Amino acid sequence: MNSYRVTHLKQLESEAIYILRETAAQFEKPGLLFSGGKDSIVMAHLARKAFWPARLPFPLLHVDTGHNFPETIEFRDRYVKEINADLTVALVQDSIDQGKAIEEKGIHASRNKLQTVTLLDAIEDCGFDACLGGGRRDEEKARAKERFFSHRDDFGQWDPKNQRPELWNIFNGRKHHGEHFRIFPLSNWTEMDVWQYLKLEDIELPNLYFAHDREVVRRSGTLLAVSDVVQPQADETTETLQVRFRTIGDMTCTGAVESDADTIDKVIQEVATARQTERGTRSDDKRSETAMEDRKREGYF
Amino acid sequence: MTEETDTQGYLDMDLLRFTTAGSVDDGKSTLIGRLLYDSKNLFEDQLEAVEESSRQRGDENVNLALLTDGLKAEREQGITIDVAYRYFATPKRKFIIADTPGHIQYTRNMVTGASTANLAIILVDARHGVIEQTCRHAFIADLLRIRHVVVAVNKMDLVDHSEEAFDKIVSQFKEFASRLDNIVDMTFIPISALNGDNVVDPSENMPWYEGTTLLYHLETVYIGSDQNHVEARFPVQWVIRPHSEKYHDFRGYGGRVAGGVFKPGDAITVQPSGFTSKIKSIESMDGPLEEAYAPLSTTITLEDEIDISRGDMIVKANNPPHKGQEIEAMICWFSDSKNLVGRSKFILRHTTKEVKAVVQEVRYKININTLHKVEDDLEFKLNDIGRIKLRTSGPLFYDSYKKNRVTGSFILIDEQSNETVAAGMIL
Repeated sequence: MNSYRVTHLKQLESEAIYILRETAAQFEKPGLLFSGGKDSIVMAHLARKAFWPARLPFPLLHVDTGHNFPETIEFRDRYVKEINADLTVALVQDSIDQGKAIEEKGIHASRNKLQTVTLLDAIEDCGFDACLGGGRRDEEKARAKERFFSHRDDFGQWDPKNQRPELWNIFNGRKHHGEHFRIFPLSNWTEMDVWQYLKLEDIELPNLYFAHDREVVRRSGTLLAVSDVVQPQADETTETLQVRFRTIGDMTCTGAVESDADTIDKVIQEVATARQTERGTRSDDKRSETAMEDRKREGYF
Repeated sequence: MTEETDTQGYLDMDLLRFTTAGSVDDGKSTLIGRLLYDSKNLFEDQLEAVEESSRQRGDENVNLALLTDGLKAEREQGITIDVAYRYFATPKRKFIIADTPGHIQYTRNMVTGASTANLAIILVDARHGVIEQTCRHAFIADLLRIRHVVVAVNKMDLVDHSEEAFDKIVSQFKEFASRLDNIVDMTFIPISALNGDNVVDPSENMPWYEGTTLLYHLETVYIGSDQNHVEARFPVQWVIRPHSEKYHDFRGYGGRVAGGVFKPGDAITVQPSGFTSKIKSIESMDGPLEEAYAPLSTTITLEDEIDISRGDMIVKANNPPHKGQEIEAMICWFSDSKNLVGRSKFILRHTTKEVKAVVQEVRYKININTLHKVEDDLEFKLNDIGRIKLRTSGPLFYDSYKKNRVTGSFILIDEQSNETVAAGMIL
């Protein structure tokens, strides 16, 4: 074998670093969306590698619904301090208080859709002309059509039928005043790639991703963690199970899976044999066949 | 993915990017669905969702095309609008499929998908043989310098799994392909995507076929020599200056190696200034590296302090790229709102550099079905391919696309709309 072999992870890493550097170079004021979830942790890690030994040339932005797991927020604050980055937190609660977003009602209420309002406001307030996100094409069928450099009009909307073709590794970030870009350096990564990379690079994660005992309630086939915002209804009972989370979003819509995978190797084994996609635990995607596309068109992540 | 996966194995896989090309009804979606399904890369909820959608649409069978057609309009109209990327892995390799649709923006989409591919699968319907569209697909694969082509002769079940039918298509294709020169490796596989013959599992219906299955071929085809490891090219993307106490004097050049190998001590030249220096170190967050080669992203520091910025190129002193402001290139036109004519002006983006460019001459267009030159109609419309001569506002440092896909390619951007209107390959 020749000595210039490049493993798939190294290729994906190089591609992502290239895109992070292009973003810094082509835009006036980029920001990196950071939620404390594994994909955004990988993004922050890659950004550190891209600009090392300098600090990140852009701040992190977290759109906080107020329904996050406390473990996520604790991890976020510690991690941001550790890597010496700037963090802006935009609160969905503020959008609700200002009357810009209206809280959903009923037991399936989620603040997921409301995030779009807060996100677009935050982008405007911070003056971002590009937002780096950890979205991957394998996550969801509408995302499979997403570009690395995804153009948004001055209302923040995505027009999937009119996207710029992307060839080789040449990215066109030119835009008119008021428009911005969403940029997805992890486009070509799969859930498995993310986990392998986390292992390869020995990156720390919130413990929610690993098996632990937790009080949960079964609702519409999804295991939700019991918390301030998820309380059992009269006809529901809670149980304590050994679970972990494959994705970390709002406590109101992120389902747990029963699992005994308490180490990264066990998680990789589990991902390898999983028969459900990772967003299979996300009730926000199940609202309709095109739920993700509809939200993306409006300006969602 | 098998049950007995070991996690170390996953850290040692390589990556193959391929495109799939076929005419409408060649069974392309079925083939991709089959590859994913038989290699156990489809998830239950994905399959359930597709089954449910198929039922709602009144389709008789599970419509595997719905796996790749993700957008609302696509599902409603039963068409694929855009390049869709799919991912799957076996214990040997990770695969990225660029699935390109076969209708109106066809050429534009296939060129886009092909630009990053190592391999192209061209589907041929066993009943129809090599048709105009097959030739078009082969031509685009060749134009974009895809070295490896697999001709998958599909629907063998509908020609009684006949060896003669297969052989005839092989010779038809070879005859056409003799006019193409970038394809170094051609493989012919008789398959039935619908029944799964020779896709993942060997066919019992075609004992006369002695070759490998499609998946085995994808897993094992040698792509190590596809990268250029001879001419060293490093387009500078971003200058890293930490201004911190610890790294007070650090000045690194961030970029992705576009060709060749760089090592500490190498004598280099910086384009366009022509200044020379030596590589001091190759840096990374995990410590200094012994070498950097394509396609790795890395950071280079030099022995001397010279003025280098984004758009400059670091090259080995003994092996410079071409330098010039007059560029001959093949282009593919992407815009359906504007046409290209002589004297059209654009922004040209090449590696990390942006310059203005004007079309000096339109040489010819190519009829991609016959490969004949068209010299009487020189206006480029959507999907048109042909040769032009450009003059740029500043010098470019380039190689021919044949030699290097990174330093030999560019895009043209319309100054008013900011749209990407053409892809170019330097001759």
